[in-house]
Amino acid sequence: MSARVGRWLNTVAAWMLGILWLLPLLYAVWTAFHPAEFSTRFAPLAPLTLENFEAAWAAAPFARYFLNSFLLVTAILAGQLVLCTLAAFAFARFRFPGREIAFVLVLVQLMIMPDVLIVENYATMRRFGLIDTVAGMALPYVASAFGIFLLRQAFKTVPKELEEAARVEGCGTLGILWRVYVPLARPVYIAYALVSVSYHWNNFLWPLIVTNSVETRPLTVGLSVFASTDQGIDWSIITAATLLASGPLLVAFLIFQRQFVQSFLRAGIR
Amino acid sequence: MKSFRPAIHGWLLLLPAAAFLALFTHYPAVATFWHSFFSTPKGNRPARFVGLMQYETMLDDPIFWIALGNNLVFAAATIPLSIVLAIVMALWVNEKIAGRGLLRLAYFTPTMLPMIAVANIWLFFYTPDYGLLDQIRGLFGLPAWNWLGSRDTALMCLIVVTVWKEAGFFMIFYLAALQQIPPDLGEAASIEGAGRWYFFRRVTFPLLMPTTLFVLINAVINAFRLVDHVVVMTRGGPDNTTSLLLFYIYEVGFKFWDIGYAASLTMVLLAVLGLVACLQFFYLDRRIHYQ
Repeated sequence: MSARVGRWLNTVAAWMLGILWLLPLLYAVWTAFHPAEFSTRFAPLAPLTLENFEAAWAAAPFARYFLNSFLLVTAILAGQLVLCTLAAFAFARFRFPGREIAFVLVLVQLMIMPDVLIVENYATMRRFGLIDTVAGMALPYVASAFGIFLLRQAFKTVPKELEEAARVEGCGTLGILWRVYVPLARPVYIAYALVSVSYHWNNFLWPLIVTNSVETRPLTVGLSVFASTDQGIDWSIITAATLLASGPLLVAFLIFQRQFVQSFLRAGIR
Repeated sequence: MKSFRPAIHGWLLLLPAAAFLALFTHYPAVATFWHSFFSTPKGNRPARFVGLMQYETMLDDPIFWIALGNNLVFAAATIPLSIVLAIVMALWVNEKIAGRGLLRLAYFTPTMLPMIAVANIWLFFYTPDYGLLDQIRGLFGLPAWNWLGSRDTALMCLIVVTVWKEAGFFMIFYLAALQQIPPDLGEAASIEGAGRWYFFRRVTFPLLMPTTLFVLINAVINAFRLVDHVVVMTRGGPDNTTSLLLFYIYEVGFKFWDIGYAASLTMVLLAVLGLVACLQFFYLDRRIHYQ
């Protein structure tokens, strides 16, 4: 009897926390889809509207921000995939002098990320004339210690016989990497790609520092500019814009939940 | 001749990544150290060597101490809170609980939102008078409260937002670890008459230790790295009560353009992160190995 009560209490507590966790998002959805006069009044039959989204879309160049975010995320991911693959292959399957030290130097970036080296990296970007460009936003992140580490682990599990077979078939070093290692590490690539895309779609401080025009600003920075200056305190429109900015990732997550969670796990457990 | 080839190939493969890492991680870290001994160049006056002057300024700078103190409070609150919540959440959604899938989703969703969007939503939550929090207070006849505008509650508000965003993320690592624990352990314990709390304390929690270490390191880094919510919600105010170290660096470096001083502040941040790294490598990694 008491076990059943305990179980029931457990379920109730779990759901109370769950609702608490959903509340901010539900509140934002409510406000964004209702006329402004209902933004803080909860009438169950309040009329639904898309006007807030239209107003937000018209008030700031969100289409451009979407494009910039898309370009940024793609550029970073493309660079990461190439650089991390090559470096991970070197660490996993080559013996060369200085390998151990080089690996430790790579791992340093797990702790000291470009996120905290903003002042010096800004100076570097200014020297290169890359302030306010997508390249300026992307370059500090293209060599990722995390990606190198993850792929190295994956490459290490590939049986050596496969590599030797490919070598007998006449494959060179890059051929082996491309034909044997990369296909076998596919799940790790997917996991890494999802983690990288969600990180950089949501990244804010560095893009904020490096960009200063509509032509380069990603969504996160665009949203903060929009919310702080343009709108005063029209919450309906600001929440609509907020949902717009988080929309693509959130929708992708809801559809591919399992893959996302698996990816974060695969990336986290080493 | 043959024995050189793998070495050359290895280095060639590593080279592109190494170049970028050196340029955007190692060089700036060393340059920060170097520049922290120089004054900030102004107009036609170039930077000159000033020794430890920037550090002396720092020691005398009350705002630096406030930001550092805030950051320590912020870390001391967000880290244990989000870890405990993550464990509780994971234990719940690991059981056969009604609506388990939906519950997992509810806990994890904040992780997928940009901090900047989260901050906007919570800003609305905290709005005096007609934000949700004050409406609830209103139901109990309590007066409006300026949550983010008062010194007593502003930092706490940021802590709540951070815990809300992070707990679900940490939960999935605990969930994965819980699923690795063989169920017969629990069965054996209940035959022996061990209570749930006793079982958790003596069996589950020790088995979760490696996960806790991983989560802990991540939580510490995040506590010093993530300031998006400060930029959007409070800009460090009121009276610097919500200024965190990286936010202060951002202000000094990009609002006051005091590069030399920002470099010495960054050194403090690097020292903190370096300390965490050393602790992980030399201490925790050696102590926590059960498998």
